[in-house]
Amino acid sequence: MLSDAIVPLLLTLKVASLATLLASIVGIALGKLLGRRRTFTRDVAESLLTLPLVLPPTVLGYYLLVVLGQNGVIGTWLTSWFGISLIFTWQGAVVAAAVAAFPLILRAARASFSDVDAQLENAARSLGASETEVFFRVTLPLAWRGILAGALLAFARAMGEFGATLMVAGSLPGRTQTLSLAIYDAVMAGDDARAASMVIISLITAVVLLIVAAQLLQRRRHA
Amino acid sequence: MRRMNRLFLAALIGAASLHACAADVIVSAAASLSNSFNDIGKLYEAKHPGDKIVANFAASDVLLKQIEQGAPADVFASADEQTMDRAAQSNAIDKSTRKDFAANTLVLIVGANAKPPAKLDDIAGGDYTHIAIGNPDSVPAGRYAKEALMSAKLWDKIQPQIVPAQNVRQALDYVARGEAQAGFVYATDAETQKDKVHVAMTVPTSTPVRYPIAVTAKSQHAAAAKAFVDFVNSAEGQAVLKKYGFSAP
Repeated sequence: MLSDAIVPLLLTLKVASLATLLASIVGIALGKLLGRRRTFTRDVAESLLTLPLVLPPTVLGYYLLVVLGQNGVIGTWLTSWFGISLIFTWQGAVVAAAVAAFPLILRAARASFSDVDAQLENAARSLGASETEVFFRVTLPLAWRGILAGALLAFARAMGEFGATLMVAGSLPGRTQTLSLAIYDAVMAGDDARAASMVIISLITAVVLLIVAAQLLQRRRHA
Repeated sequence: MRRMNRLFLAALIGAASLHACAADVIVSAAASLSNSFNDIGKLYEAKHPGDKIVANFAASDVLLKQIEQGAPADVFASADEQTMDRAAQSNAIDKSTRKDFAANTLVLIVGANAKPPAKLDDIAGGDYTHIAIGNPDSVPAGRYAKEALMSAKLWDKIQPQIVPAQNVRQALDYVARGEAQAGFVYATDAETQKDKVHVAMTVPTSTPVRYPIAVTAKSQHAAAAKAFVDFVNSAEGQAVLKKYGFSAP
């Protein structure tokens, strides 16, 4: 019975991890780009970038399907240049989960960057550090805890992603069927036992991850 | 002033009593019925002022699941006898009201610009990397397709190509968008998107595609629900179904 849940669980962890990684890179970069100074244009930009978090996941899925699909702007480009298509693939699920989750990292990153003492950055600059050095050796290490908290939320969001994933990657057993999709399918097929075993697996996974995360954050504080 | 109050009170009582006899009839119908039942609902409302038809479209199994779990549906229309049989077994419907009201055919569709396969066997491998079909575990259209593919000895062969959809309209949508190169849907579904999909062939099914309808056992508006079921079976309701390509049961 539990073996039914292993394949979707491993797939879910793979998709959520890669999505969090992808979302972190984009989220941190954009968080830095938006900067600490709050201006009207920057706030508008941040609001627009937060949309994936606010929009219903099915709407997000619809837009992604239209953009990444055979006739979409990015989809056509990916197919003609690299010969790849994201629809119905686990890579597509990664993109869907990353887009849904990245605003959480962006928001956390921007707030954390703003909290970094500007004098410390200026001190580094006065000692001859380049902007890249200042970012990677002063700003990022000081802002790391807040960003990590955001990344954890993003990971949780990516693990539970349903609507957008269903539309972009479909629900192909063993290929794109993540835990949340597998549970939905099992319930709809009236297979309550299979659904229940997968619910338990996902509960255990979530609790373990939260404990690990708490430990990780704690250690950072004392370090 | 007093007169105004009295008028206001009268209006209030009038509105309340109107509300009391009006019924919101929740119709849980198979996804393939969405266009026709929306039309039938409007016609019914025009004839029965006060009654409101609230349609809920999804795969038949999903709808039954909701009803069994206590969803307040008044009418259930499924896309196969099997799901309605299960509804009867679990006492989810009032069996005396059950009636077949339409029939349909299963078709193989391809994108509008795609080359249609000459025969069913041609969908195995080749250009048809993705074949959309309703998930046979919960979608009647998928069960009909699986049945036909199994008797053609193709089911195992095309497994890697199959993209299971949550309902028949999602399978249609995948083909219409070109994400899937072929798909199995009802003839009536293909008709709704005929500028985007082509019917390659009619797929013979061993079980005929028939639609039963019934009032649910726990309906709070059984009278209005029965009236709606009768209306679907009336000449007027049947005319709408015919317009969308359904045949008589």
